[in-house]
Amino acid sequence: MPESTSSTSFTSRRGLLFGTAAASAGALLVGCTSNDTKDEKAAASSQPAGDDKPGKHITIGFAGPQADHGWLNAINDNAKSRAKKYSDVTLEITEGSNDTAAQIGQIETLINKKVDVLVVLPADGKALTQVGLKAMRAGIPVVNLDRIFNTPQAYRCWIGGDNYGMGLSAGHYIGEKLKDKQDAKVIELAGLDNLELTKQRTQGFDAALKNYPNIKKVARQAADFTVESGQAKMAQLLQAQPKFDALWNHDDDQGVGALRAIKQAGREDFLMVGGAGALSAFQAIQSDNSVLKATVLYPPTMAASAIDLARALGQGKGIGGLSEFEIPVSLTLYSAVVDKDNVGQYMATGFR
Amino acid sequence: MSRGGPLRALAARADVRTLSLLGVLVALIVIGGITKPDEFLDTRNLQLVLTQASVIGVVTVGMTFVITSGGIDLSVGAIVALSSVWATTVATQEYGFAGILFTAVLVGVGCGLVNGLLIAYGGMVPFIATLAMLASARGLALQITDGKTQIVTIDGILKLGERDSYILGIPPLVLVFAVVTIIGWLILNRTTFGRRTVAVGGNAEAARLAGIDVRRQRLYLYLLSGLCCGIAAFLLIILSGSGQNTNGNLYELDAIAAAIIGGTLLSGGRGTITGSVLGVLIFTTITNIFALNNLQSDVQQIAKGAIIVAAVLVQRRTAASST
Repeated sequence: MPESTSSTSFTSRRGLLFGTAAASAGALLVGCTSNDTKDEKAAASSQPAGDDKPGKHITIGFAGPQADHGWLNAINDNAKSRAKKYSDVTLEITEGSNDTAAQIGQIETLINKKVDVLVVLPADGKALTQVGLKAMRAGIPVVNLDRIFNTPQAYRCWIGGDNYGMGLSAGHYIGEKLKDKQDAKVIELAGLDNLELTKQRTQGFDAALKNYPNIKKVARQAADFTVESGQAKMAQLLQAQPKFDALWNHDDDQGVGALRAIKQAGREDFLMVGGAGALSAFQAIQSDNSVLKATVLYPPTMAASAIDLARALGQGKGIGGLSEFEIPVSLTLYSAVVDKDNVGQYMATGFR
Repeated sequence: MSRGGPLRALAARADVRTLSLLGVLVALIVIGGITKPDEFLDTRNLQLVLTQASVIGVVTVGMTFVITSGGIDLSVGAIVALSSVWATTVATQEYGFAGILFTAVLVGVGCGLVNGLLIAYGGMVPFIATLAMLASARGLALQITDGKTQIVTIDGILKLGERDSYILGIPPLVLVFAVVTIIGWLILNRTTFGRRTVAVGGNAEAARLAGIDVRRQRLYLYLLSGLCCGIAAFLLIILSGSGQNTNGNLYELDAIAAAIIGGTLLSGGRGTITGSVLGVLIFTTITNIFALNNLQSDVQQIAKGAIIVAAVLVQRRTAASST
């Protein structure tokens, strides 16, 4: 069938032409709007990941720890505001508690209320595994947020941050900054040492530094994730180390205190990298008037994504074509480094 | 035994206790000097240690009075937290330096008043009343902040924590600590109020029969402790440049421990401001030496525990030998 062949080749040639034109127009458009990409990306991060068409109405139960800390507070805010964006979602949120027994009681209440899906950020993942199992057995799928349950049987989907990766990112960022410096010294202001996540952050940091034989970690002190402890421990570290090149601080909240101690000691001869992604840290990075040059993210927006996943679970669909008809079993967030170059893009996600 | 024998013996024993504490402190300084000569024996380090002792030191002075009277104040850390967050709310920051100072002290005194009324006139056991205050003040502090860190933006306050405002090399925080200590010492050792405090702690019934208004005395003592917490909260605001509901974490234990290793009897009837301040300095110096040598906090806590046990054992021996 020669006719049809020629017609095909014609259409394809025309298609090619059109395609090229479209592509160049597209490039032109991108070029024109490139000034606005920052805003677009900031908007994108607050965009729900689920299908926007309202589906059947579902109730999502949310149980988290007591928000006694900036990051946890941001977790609650993110979950609430994302749930509000869906007209087909009701959020049943419990009072946060760090008491294991109390949190178990709250989750059991949500199970008895027969919510459609549960989102749980356990104060202690191991201790709350049993109640996760109970919910799953009762036919309520559980989205386990951040602090992980002991067994995969206790949740349908886990979403959380990457503590090891946070250390890796911080270590690589510092390593690249100091790679041309002979005998460079770095110090670490860690978080609460009795939390597993603190150890993982340190392990990742040490692993990354192994790639840079010219750098040596000369000191590490653990603080308590609070401003007060950050100030106290940093003041000691500064006295202990009269000369060093970089500091990694695990948490931006305790970083407020650490920055105070650095200012009080009148030191500015090193580079500091923070952790988590607090608004105050972003502002300091943007204004570039302190030693704080970057922070490694541990995004509280994961709570919003957990609501997206819970909704998809409740309505029995996948998310944005990801892995066909079902949502994945586990999602680990990436610990990106935010510095002066990209801080504008992340500013809207900073928590107080 | 000559005239005034028992009294003199008591004074001598108190001196021995103070001297032994001084000995511990000197030994620590020697250890610090040997392990980290350059960093430890440095003016900046001395300033650092004293600054870090200031906040908890002021709290401990108030605590010493309460324990001397046979009471206990478990709420000091929570009061520091509540004072600091109330004083750093945006509303208060509009009134500047004076607004923050006034609010911090007022909230401290207010909490002390509630403690005092519950204990003196409500007949509650100090342990329970102040435990209730601990819980509710922390809760209220969390409610006010909503878990957020309240950053102070008033330059006048921030400056006070920085090197430019040191007076003859002494940080303003340390000066406040020194003044509170001296006033505390004078009140406890040179005034009727001080004698009444000791009398109430020694034997409340005897004090009442001797004409002391025991209830009013107790009320004043918890007010005093609250006032110290308010001052400490203000110092902490200067130091950390912020108010946070986690401020003052475990201060109650640190203050009680410092007072007890200083020689104040937990059962009441004897208190020493000098000893308490030495206790605070010993703890702060240990923390400093450990941090300079890059030892981790778990080791620091174990050492702290061991020192408390040793000090109380020594106290029991001296108490036993005196009877």
